Amino acid sequence: MNVITDHLGEFGDGLLLTVELTLLALAGALATGTAVAAMRVSPVRVLRAAGMAYVEVLQNIPLLVWLVIAVFGLPEIGVIAGLFTTSAVVIALYQGAYTAEAIRSGINAVPAGQGEAARALGLTFVQSLRLVVLPQALRTVVQPLGNIAIMTLMNTALAAAVGVVELTAAANRVNLAEAQPIWIFVTAGLAYMALSAVFGLVTGGLERKLAILR
Amino acid sequence: MSSSRLLFDEPGPRARRRIRVATALTLLGGAVLVALALRQFGENGQLAADRWRPYGTWPMWRYLLEGLRSTLYAAAVSIALAMAAGIALALGRLSPARWLRVPSAAYVEIVRTVPALLLVYVVLFALPKYGLDLPLFWKLVVPLTVSNAAAFAEIFRAGIRSVERGQLEAGLALGLTRGRAMRLVVLPQAARRVLPSLVSQSAGLLKDTSLGYVVSYAELLYSGKVLANYNHLLIQTYLVIALIYLVINASLAKLARTLEARQRTRPSRAVREAAAAARP
Repeated sequence: MNVITDHLGEFGDGLLLTVELTLLALAGALATGTAVAAMRVSPVRVLRAAGMAYVEVLQNIPLLVWLVIAVFGLPEIGVIAGLFTTSAVVIALYQGAYTAEAIRSGINAVPAGQGEAARALGLTFVQSLRLVVLPQALRTVVQPLGNIAIMTLMNTALAAAVGVVELTAAANRVNLAEAQPIWIFVTAGLAYMALSAVFGLVTGGLERKLAILR
Repeated sequence: MSSSRLLFDEPGPRARRRIRVATALTLLGGAVLVALALRQFGENGQLAADRWRPYGTWPMWRYLLEGLRSTLYAAAVSIALAMAAGIALALGRLSPARWLRVPSAAYVEIVRTVPALLLVYVVLFALPKYGLDLPLFWKLVVPLTVSNAAAFAEIFRAGIRSVERGQLEAGLALGLTRGRAMRLVVLPQAARRVLPSLVSQSAGLLKDTSLGYVVSYAELLYSGKVLANYNHLLIQTYLVIALIYLVINASLAKLARTLEARQRTRPSRAVREAAAAARP
């Protein structure tokens, strides 16, 4: 067990970076997902098509390919940003596609009468979406969004493959120095499980607070 | 398009004008984005014809298709193993025996919250220390199988639970053992119901094979890395590879959607035949 206590600093830094990456990516994914879902239900056909294309292209190419393109490819065309920023943006955009699909399913679950009532009151498309439909839609998809949060946490590990020293990479580094893989990887695994459990608890709490009984 | 009708009606003249304006603005925005991207490519000399020409030649494609073949092979082996393990875990989790139920549930819950890359590192760096140095292919397939088995288990469990209890009871009443009733009566129906989810999970597993990049197993992405190191056409190579993934996975996603739509609209063959027999 000494391996862990000796390298508590490295593990702590890695854990912190994983948490930061996850939270930033989640915030970005929620913003992207809401925008793309709104595009996909808008009356403008081009916007609908663009939203659909976004989801298809992002979901059907592996995240690792996106990370490799962004980290090693973009500098080739003169777009240079920090490793952490690049990874956070790429993971946010990737998870944004999944978030958009979850939110869209929530929008479809809102009874048609709500949209009709909003229009009857004279609200525009954006107003009825923002004030009437989205608040209800988001409440019905708390559970799927919680799953996306856990999926995002899992996916931040891929940033290790392009050089971000988050939890997985930190564990790997400690192992290269200490060569005591079992304890080191089990510790990292337990940390991921604990973080997932926290997300699960938060989701459960939000669900109880926000769920609409229909 | 009935689902997207929630937020708008048949547009009147004013709405139509507004939609036209929004369409024009969107197209303009898209054109600006494409122009900006092309400018970045152009200014850095990445548009030069000789940087793209290799991707029109057969030897290049033969190499990439070889990588794709390895990707598909690893995915197919891993899908088969993960599905088999998934069925076992689902049955274990639904079994009346506690000593099967608890470990199966624990496996699924634990593995679902550990990143696949961590499992890859365990196989790469931990197992060899304990004398288990797998061949390259299995260094990729084993962690993928371990992590996807949990996902497949949950899909099968949902499918089995969706089959009416009477089906199992009827099997038992006919004198089948519980195992045979599951295998002959319940599982075939469950598998058919969750077919779309199985296809999309398989597409997800296919995406996960890109971890071969870390393992140095020569699947599509790692082949691209080797190629880019050799010809220095980095962004071109990775864009072509992304396109190949897009085509393969979009086809799989389309298949899943088609299967789902067919299940929703068409009753199963058994139901159709029963209906035909009942007709006078």
